[in-house]
Amino acid sequence: MENVIQRQAVPMELEALMSKNRQGKIKIAPQNKSRTAVKLLIAALVFITAAAFMSFDFQGIDFAGAVSDTLHNIQTVFLEPKLTRDTITGVFYQLFVTFCLGILSTVLGAFFAFFCALLCAGNLAGSFSVHIVKSMVAVVRAVPTVLWVLIFAVSAGLGSVAAVVGLTFHSFAYLTKAYAESIEEVDPGVIEALRAGGAGYWEIVFQAIVPSAITYMVAWTFMRFEINFTNAVAMGAAAGAGGIGFNLFMAGSFYFDLHEMGFLTYVIVIAVVLLEMVSTRVKKKVK
Amino acid sequence: MEEVRNVFRRRKITNTCFFAGMILIFAAASMVTGFHVADGIRSFPAAAEWIVSNLVPDARALGHLPKILDRLTETALLSAAVTVLAAVFAFLFSLLGSDILKIHWAMKRMVRIAAAFFRNVPDVAWAMLLMFSFGQNILTGFFALFFTTFGLLTRAFVETIDEVSSSCVEALEATGAGIFPIVFQGILPSSLPGVLTWVLYMIETNIRSSTLIGILTATGIGYLFDLYYKRLDFSSASLVVLSIVILVLLIEAVSNKIREVIM
Repeated sequence: MENVIQRQAVPMELEALMSKNRQGKIKIAPQNKSRTAVKLLIAALVFITAAAFMSFDFQGIDFAGAVSDTLHNIQTVFLEPKLTRDTITGVFYQLFVTFCLGILSTVLGAFFAFFCALLCAGNLAGSFSVHIVKSMVAVVRAVPTVLWVLIFAVSAGLGSVAAVVGLTFHSFAYLTKAYAESIEEVDPGVIEALRAGGAGYWEIVFQAIVPSAITYMVAWTFMRFEINFTNAVAMGAAAGAGGIGFNLFMAGSFYFDLHEMGFLTYVIVIAVVLLEMVSTRVKKKVK
Repeated sequence: MEEVRNVFRRRKITNTCFFAGMILIFAAASMVTGFHVADGIRSFPAAAEWIVSNLVPDARALGHLPKILDRLTETALLSAAVTVLAAVFAFLFSLLGSDILKIHWAMKRMVRIAAAFFRNVPDVAWAMLLMFSFGQNILTGFFALFFTTFGLLTRAFVETIDEVSSSCVEALEATGAGIFPIVFQGILPSSLPGVLTWVLYMIETNIRSSTLIGILTATGIGYLFDLYYKRLDFSSASLVVLSIVILVLLIEAVSNKIREVIM
């Protein structure tokens, strides 16, 4: 589209109203803070990306060779999946174990997050407690899940206990933030009405907050369950938490069995896609 | 009055059923995975003690600080570079899959399936696959993160584009604008704030993911943590954790500020 409107086409009295840039062209977009910020941000991101590639130590890798090897391996993994070491029932049992790890950490995380969210929702708690709990949660969230799992593994040993507790920590922090936002969206009139009627704190929570915020909370919890499932796969691989992630790790890093890796990957992908479909259904239903 | 009482009674029954069901599921899942609540609770004091006793780095850990900061910068740059590149590709790809350009319904389907595939293949699997060909190179982590980020951002961008730009695209089409003006004058400016918000969020997420991939592929900050952890040099390991926390919080604060301005 032509950005520049022909000078002659504009009537004289309108011309006075239009602001022009240095080249005498009519400005078609307002200069404001937001547009400047967007431009600056893009410039910064491009600069950082360029700087990143300059600073990386590629160790003189044979890039073309590595890429062709990768393509070959991708072909083996995704086009020739085959189960060689495990049995079908074994794989599905391990998938179920991963699923259960996801359930445990989501349920535990949701339980603690609910009470913590009450302490950091702006319409229920004082500003002091909001501040404290929010910053605490932000710190917990900033630690990667795998590091939580390994920290707990120091005392509990590598295994399902460390994995569940570690996964719970991160989901707890995530859900606290999400629940607090859902609670803050509850109509203040409802809370005020109950308070005026002489309702106590827990009555307000269970008769006003929970019924009105429950749909959002359920949607968030489901979303977190999806994330926890994928995280549980990763913890099986990186922190010995068991489940299908561990099988994937063994196939990939111990037996170098690309065919089996392909099969396991497909099982995981199908499971996650199914979960995603259920979660979209739930979200539609609650909205 | 009777009706009101019924409402409360029904609510009570639903709540009781819900909690009973949850406890049952929880117990079953505990049995399958071999998780014991008691063990979980017991691990807390020890973990808290670990955190407190290693929170203040000792002399040896401080000696490792330059190396840690070096790896941390590398990880931060890697996450940013991956996210930016993946975002460029994802944006072009998501144009093909959005409702707005109406290229072909089969194209749209294909884009969404491809995005779902890249998003859902675990980054762990990508990392191990790439280890075979790239070895302990920074590019292993780069591509592993790239594929998942690409899948995630494609889905997010398709939604952003569809949400934001339908009316302005209609207006541009009515003036007879071609496909490039529609993309560069209509879709790009109107979806840019949403797109950049997603990019900022993904940079933060990728720092955390790259720790995990680093542990698996022995690269980056994750490797450093794993190294100190396995040597039982917990003070240095906790310094690594601390540095990651500070970096993530910093990025979170900066992106919140930016989001306030651009949205």
